[in-house]
This record gives sequence, structure tokens and C-alpha cells, in this order.
Amino acid sequence: MKRRSFIRHVGHSLAVPGMLGSMGFRMPNSKTLSDLLRMATATDKVLVMIYLEGGNDGLNTVVPLDQLSALNVVRPHVILPENSLLKTADASVGLHPSLKGLKSLYDENRFQVIQNVGYPQQNYSHFRSTDIWMSGSDSNELVNSGWSGRYLSDQFPGYPDAYPNDDFTDPLSVELGYGSSLLFQGPESAMSMVISDPEFFYELVDNEDREVPDSYAGDKLKYIRIIEQQSQQYGKVVQEAAEKVKQQATYPQTSLGQQLRIVSRLIAGGLRTPLYLVRLGGFDTHDAQVEASDHTTGEHADLLTDLDESIMAFMSDLEMQGTEDRVTGMTFSEFGRRIVSNASLGTDHGAAAPMFFFGNAVKGGVTGSNPSISSNSSYDDNLAMEFDFRQIYASILQQWLGADASSAESALFKDFEQVEIIGNRALSTSSLAGNGLFVYPNPLNGNSMIRMAPVNEVVTVDLIDMQGRKVASIFKGMITQEKEVKWSTSHLRKGRYLVVMQGANTSRVFSVVK
Amino acid sequence: MKNKDYHPNNYQQLLQKHRKVQPKVTSVTDAEHTISRKITSGLAPYTGDWDEDQQAHLLKRVLFGLTPEDLKAIKELSLEETVDHLLTKGTPPAPPINDYNDSSEGIEDPEVPLGETWIHAGHGGDYEGLRTISLKNWVIKNFTNQSTSLEEKMILFWHNLLPIQTWDVFYSKLSYGYFDMLRTNCFGNFKTLIRELTLDPAMLLFLNGTFNNKEAPDENYGRELQELFCLGKGPNVNFTEPDVQAAARVLTGWVVDWEHFYDPGELKVFFYPPFHETSDKEFSSFYGNRVITGKSGDDGAQELDELLDMLFDHEETALYICRRLYRFFVYHEIDDTTKSEVIVPLAELFRSGNYEIKPVLEKLLLSEHFHDSANQGAMIKSPTEFLLGLWRMFGMGLDSPTLSEQKDQYSSLLWQMANQGMELGDPPSVSGWPAYYQEPSFDKYWITTDTITNRALVGDSMIYWGYWINSDIQLPVDLIAFLKRLNNPEDPNLMLQECGLMLLGIKMEDTTLTNLKAILLSGQQTDGYWTTAWYELIENPGDQEYEMVVLNRLKPTIQHLLQLGEAQLM
Repeated sequence: MKRRSFIRHVGHSLAVPGMLGSMGFRMPNSKTLSDLLRMATATDKVLVMIYLEGGNDGLNTVVPLDQLSALNVVRPHVILPENSLLKTADASVGLHPSLKGLKSLYDENRFQVIQNVGYPQQNYSHFRSTDIWMSGSDSNELVNSGWSGRYLSDQFPGYPDAYPNDDFTDPLSVELGYGSSLLFQGPESAMSMVISDPEFFYELVDNEDREVPDSYAGDKLKYIRIIEQQSQQYGKVVQEAAEKVKQQATYPQTSLGQQLRIVSRLIAGGLRTPLYLVRLGGFDTHDAQVEASDHTTGEHADLLTDLDESIMAFMSDLEMQGTEDRVTGMTFSEFGRRIVSNASLGTDHGAAAPMFFFGNAVKGGVTGSNPSISSNSSYDDNLAMEFDFRQIYASILQQWLGADASSAESALFKDFEQVEIIGNRALSTSSLAGNGLFVYPNPLNGNSMIRMAPVNEVVTVDLIDMQGRKVASIFKGMITQEKEVKWSTSHLRKGRYLVVMQGANTSRVFSVVK
Repeated sequence: MKNKDYHPNNYQQLLQKHRKVQPKVTSVTDAEHTISRKITSGLAPYTGDWDEDQQAHLLKRVLFGLTPEDLKAIKELSLEETVDHLLTKGTPPAPPINDYNDSSEGIEDPEVPLGETWIHAGHGGDYEGLRTISLKNWVIKNFTNQSTSLEEKMILFWHNLLPIQTWDVFYSKLSYGYFDMLRTNCFGNFKTLIRELTLDPAMLLFLNGTFNNKEAPDENYGRELQELFCLGKGPNVNFTEPDVQAAARVLTGWVVDWEHFYDPGELKVFFYPPFHETSDKEFSSFYGNRVITGKSGDDGAQELDELLDMLFDHEETALYICRRLYRFFVYHEIDDTTKSEVIVPLAELFRSGNYEIKPVLEKLLLSEHFHDSANQGAMIKSPTEFLLGLWRMFGMGLDSPTLSEQKDQYSSLLWQMANQGMELGDPPSVSGWPAYYQEPSFDKYWITTDTITNRALVGDSMIYWGYWINSDIQLPVDLIAFLKRLNNPEDPNLMLQECGLMLLGIKMEDTTLTNLKAILLSGQQTDGYWTTAWYELIENPGDQEYEMVVLNRLKPTIQHLLQLGEAQLM
């Protein structure tokens, strides 16, 4: 396909999504159940990417315990005291003392560390390396689109002209913070809901008015902003989703905390957007990474505390909203930092570093091996890469977002060997047995269908509200073969509910929103 | 009664075919008015700071957008020298040409070869559609190629105040003549301008003056001459229906040369005594019960000047034009203070100066009131200011285009502006565009959910996939070339502030600068990372990697800048 032409027919009003850059969802060829199921499956799951801007010091985030003596020699200015590290029971690593919450997730198999992720021929420029991570290209390759953008573009080829439509009203990806990153840039157009003015997003979601100067210009500006808000193609669905969520867990009053609060709110409000990008800046710690008096404090410790507390708030909010099984989180950074530390109590740009995954669906544990540090390391030495970052992308695309091998390959240009990220250690006793119970359309619009896989006993299907009260009985009986039940939902109040199937040996739950 | 018999039989189909965007008038619901600031300054010469903020304010109001070159052109000049510079006319542009012949499409103007001008040709029949677009392209080309002068903007001012609709006239050499007449008189004498307008062949056709005769008087021009062109319809303007009829009778007999209507060369306008109403024309008390004595024979032509004298003797004419100038260049609302401190004295100057336009513009542009900081950013950009402003600022334009590509380039601007509610050459009515006159919303008319989306897409397309020229050409901004035209492309703060100065109506807020820098620096806190990236690019010409590093940051940064509400202001 050619680059998207701007106005193919100058005379037509532009039927393309506006301000937000753009995005859309593929229209199923026919609205068969399996199409809808496939679409729902593909969009039911959410990946939240947290970009740690500046290059996170992996060696002080996940400390290889078996390398401590060498580390004490080569990075004396930043080394963390061994007794401060949060040691894991099953791997020879200790987490930074600021990561207490993540350590608790680790212990519950809801947090996974992937060691030594990078790419061959490391580039040490923030800009270039950020572009490489976002574009998913080789280090010597210049690619002007993002891996997520290419994936979405491949999955939803009708975009953007045919979207939003009745079958898919929601943004394909949402980017918070500021600007439109390369990540969601598709081959032809941006695939994300980019509200380039971050304040605007909060305004939309929190329904707050922004101040304008008390001047003639301010008066006009206010008018322009009102019209801009009205013109947001996805503004209404985002706002409606946000309005459905009345209560949320308490988040830290930090930029990351507030970004994650909004993401959780949109997910819980029923937005089917599968990809989110949020950011935490400040990891470029050439100096003052730690306090001289106490290496467990300082800029890096503050950043990791913010990361830890924000993720923990996010996780508890997901549980509060009942969306915890739908969401997986991931952190990445453009590079790690140098092995040898600086006398200014910091570290310079480096190479490979660990990535994190968190959520109920992740396999957990530590993947990969500890880096090997020589006590003779010279200033130029860097950590070797064990996993290509695109292996991780390929894995999450296929294991979590349901991409097939060919879509993953077309998003990443090559076939990359997968790493196990999504596992069943945490989810093995999950109440959600695949698609054994499925409600569509969801959010509920008056008439929904409940699809149930066969079960060997008499079961009841009830509707439970968020206070745990039974609101309605929907079905009772045996299900000998796959069955669909019509369900009128017009009388329901707006809000979140659970459709629960129960029997002596059966427990299936599906979360719905009206 | 309209009588446009000269239109080709398939006129409606031709309109359908060539007019790509149906005329649209945007509508608006007025947002509540919340401001409390008032301006009390008047016409005394401005003596305050004359730094780049004030310079930019002045330039934004008198140009279509603002370029680094415009800023440089006046950087060393005083305010007085600047205004002098702005009120200097340039050499008239070469006339519009046949840019539309296309043998592959069977388009072959029988009279005018490709690349030659059609302004001397006879009526083009079906080709009038293509010539009309060629004329509009020419107007846009002149606008985009403007020097740091008020000339082109004044042409727009007059075109809006004293409009024709070129699709209605449908005789492009006459429409060209009209624009040429506006250029000749743009800083000249208003009375002369109105006289030439009255006898302009395009206007005689557009408002039916040529069909106005004693047997069947046509009041159209006689009415608009008073109501829209000279006196306006303010609260103190009480001319009567009989005044309209009397004016129409004065104007009977002025006709275009129908005998040679279709011929090549200039279409003559003359006074034809047999069509002239020779009775006395009595006007109401609004005009002091003036009587224009009916004259027969060739003397009947003199009545026109008597009519104009009467209109220009009335003080409301100067007041009306000064209000229109004020609303076009300063602010939409005229409160009592503005009226007494600005409009009234300006009108006195206009009248006492025998309706010379230049001294009035000078006075206004030099005034404390114009430069009052409260007026900065207080106008919403029209499509010309927004789109052509972007075009000029970014230095857009095809390199050595073929005639056909050049046509597509300007047509794409034409139809894009039409999509945004402003088709040059064809305001929606004889009143001009509502944004310039319609109470109480005025310039808010430019912004609707539809047009704001369109404006945003225009910006996105320029930054990302390329501004649509035709199905083969989409032209992106050369952002690196653009940055090279700035004073400090290597310094993220100065570079962004300079962009803001040109693009935004009000001074960039600190938080905005922080956000923009966050995008430009990919979230890093060190300004030097940008500086390094920029110098690496400069020192390694042709190196695609350095180029991409810079572009991947610049694109979202400039996109963000373009999507700020402040970018709609000037």
C-alpha cells in the first residue's frame, strides 16, 4: 500500500480520525461468532509498557549476587550493600531495596525478570537507542515505524479510514505522557491515540477544566479548546469509559502513578484498547545516582521507589476493578549502564539490562543467567546481551496478545526465538478457563449473548455486582455441548459486574461492564 | 433580476465539475465570555518595548503567518521604519496563465496556449471553469509568495469587504481585473477604489449593475454600495428603501460593452444615456435630503460622482471602514472605549485625509492600542493565516514544479482552505466571510469540530505523511531545512521558543516548553543531547542515521506544537 494519501478526493470532508493521530480496529469480514470471538480474544488482553527513560542501571536494579565481589571492585561508587538487597529464594539475584512491592509480586510468581536484554552492536546515544527499541530494528538499520505500530497495522488493515466503527469504537493504543512516540507509528500513519497535550488527557478523563489566561487571547483559547475536545474522535469513548469507574485504589502522586491510574481506569471502564505506553523519566544517572553516605538512597532509589509504588498501586487497583487477569505490564529502557562506576556517584551509558514483566499471567521467576563481571573490568566494558529485545517482543506478541508467528515476524522483520513469559504458574487455578465463558458484546448494550463451553455437571450462571451481591440468575442446567444464551441487559444499571458460572467442580468468571 | 445569459448552457455542470468543495458557511455557538481585561489605550504612538514579541505581533496581523525571514527583515528596523516597510508595494506579479492544458485529458484551450496568460483572451466558454481555478491559484500563489509587506493582506481585506464571487461572474479575465484593481488601490484612496469598483466589469456583472436601467432598475448594487461597502448597517445608519432606489436610479446606464463581450482584449464599461433615468433623485434626511439632479445625455454619467460625494460626505462611511479595519487587524469587539479612543479619531483622520488609506493604516499600526499586550494573540487565524502561514513558515513548495504540478500545488491549498470554510475568490455572500462581520462570534466562526480536525490533519500531514498535492505527490515539510533557517537550531530552548514565536498567538507557557522539550529530548533532562544530535547532523551531511535521529524527535515535537490551541491564535 502506498503512503496514506491525505485527501484523496479534495472535495470530500476528511473522514479520518482527527487530532489524535489515528487508530482503528479491523472490521471482521463477517460478523460470525468466531470472528467476534477472535476479535474479543485479541483485544481482551492488555499490555502496559513502561518506558524507563534515560537508561536504567540494571546492575543496581537486579543485582547478581554471585558477582558481588567483582562488583565491589569495579563499581565502588554506587554498589549497594549486600544486606540491603531483597534476595530471591530461587535465583541468585537480589532486587534493589526500593523494590519491596515488586519483590512481593516476585514471591507470588507475578513478577518476572528477564536478564541481559539488548541488541548486537549497542548504540550509546539515547536518541538512537530509543529509536532502535521503539522501532524494533537492527542497530544499523533505519526504520521509521514502531514494532507496535506495525503489529497493529498488520492486525487492523482497514485503519484508519474505516475507524472507529460500530464494531470497534475504541482507540487501538493509547500513549500517555507526551508526544507520539515512534513505538506506535505504523508504516502509514500513527496507530495510537496520541493526545499530544498531556494536560488534555487528564482533562478528558478527569473532566477538569484547564486554566486559560485572563485575557482576550485566553477567551479565544478557551473556545478553541472546547471545540478541540468535542472533535476528539475517541474523546467520547475514553470519557465514557473513565466515567464508569467511580472508585480506584490510591496511587502515588507522581507522574507515573497518575499515568497508571488513568490506564487502569480506562481498562476497567471497558475500553478494549490492547496497548498502552507510559513513561518514567530521569534514569540518565551519570552522577548522583546514589547518595555517598547511603547507596540505597539517591536519584536511582527514588525512581525505583516511584516505579515500585506505582506498579503496586496499579496491581491493587486492577484487583479492585476485577481486571487483574487481563493485564500484563512490562518495563524497558533504551540501554543499561556501564559496569564501571563514576567517581561522581553515577554510571555512564551501557548496554544490556534486565526487563520486567508483571501481572497474574506471567510465568514469574528469573529468566536468563547472571552476567559475568570481571574485577578487571575496564571503563569501556559492557554487559553482554543474552536475549535480543525482539525475542521479548516476539514472545509477548504471541504468548499474550495472541499474534501468530507470521504477524510477529512481520512486525519484527525476522523470526525470533521466543522466551517463556506468559506461563501458568500463577494462573493454573484461574477461574477463567480460556473461553469457557464469554459474553458479547461487552460493554453490554441491552442484548448480549453468553457463550458457554460444555461442562460435566449442573451449573448456575449468575450476575454478581461489585459488592458481591447476586443481581440476577441467568442460567441453570447442564451444558453438554457448546451453548449460547441470550441475555437481556437493558434493565441493568451502569457499572461493572461479573458473570459467574458455578458448579461443584466448576468456577468460571467473566467480567462485564455496562 | 439576475440575467447571466452569457454563462454557458452547461454552467451548472461546469460548477459541479470544477468547484471541488461546495461553498460552506461554518456555524458556531458562542462560548461564554469570561474575560475581565479591558484596553484603554488609544491612537497615541506606541513607545514601549520593540522586541521580537512586539515585532511578531505586528507581523502576524499583517502577513499570512510568519517566517524567520520576515522577522529578519525588520529585526534592525524601528517600529516606524517597520510600518513604512510594510506599507510599501512591490512589483505587481506576472498575470495568471494557462496551467491547465492537458492533452492526455483532452483539455486544450483553443485560444490560450499552455503557459500563456488568458487575461486578454475572449470568453472561454467551458474553459472559464479552468481559468477561474487558474485565477484562484494565482491569488494563492501571490499570497504565499508575499514579501514582508501588507499588500497581499490588504487585497484579502478588500476582497472580503468588497467581494465578487468568481464562480458567479464566471468570466475570469474580469475577475482577474477585479483583483488587479484591488491591488492597484490597496493602500491608495478609498473613494477612488469605490469608484473603480462601481465601474468594474466583474462587479457590474456580479451585482447586476449592467442590468440596471431605467426600464427595469436593479437595486442590488445601489443597496450594497451603501449597506456593505460604504456606510454599513450600524445603529446610526438609517438610510431608507427609497434611498436604495434613488441610488440605483443614479447608477442606471452604466453597462459593459455587450457587443464585444466575448471578444479578446479589455471589456469596456461605458455610460449609455438611453438606459439612464433622468429624473431627479431625492434622498432622505439621513443624507440631509440631498437631491441629485437628473441629467440627460452624457452628463448623466456625472451623477455617479455626486452620489459618491454624498456617501463620502457622511461621517458614517469613515467610521464603518475604520471599524472593519479594526476588526480585521486588531480585535473583533469594539467597546465604548475603543470606539472613542480608536475608531472615532481614526475615522476623523480618514475623512480629513480625503479617504487616503495609508495614513489610517499607519496610525493604527503605530498606535499604543494596536501594540497593547492585551491584543496579542486575541484573534483566531483564518484559513489563509493558518494554512498559508504554515506553508510559508515551513518553506513548503515543490522544487521546480511543472506547470501542472504547480497548479495542483496551489489548488490543493485552495480546496483545503475551502474545506476550512474559506474559498478565496468566492466568499459565501456579498457580505464576505461571516468571521469578519457576524456578531457576536466573529473569528470563532473559523473553528468548528470539522475545521479544527481539518486543521489538525493538515499539520499532521505536513509533518508525517506529506501534504496532499495530487495522487502522486505528497509533500512533507523539510524540517531540517526549516530548522536551518532559525537562529539557534542547536539550542532546544531557543529553537522551540523561536518556533513558538512564529506559530503561537501568545507567549509559550513554561509547561508547554517543558513538554515540548521532553519530546525533543526523548525524556532526557540534558539539553546537550539535542545539541549533539544537531551538530552531528550538520557535520555529517547526507548521513541518514544522524538525520533520522533528529527527525524522529523533531516530528512529534513540531506536531505537538501545531496541535496546541495557541497555534490557532495570532
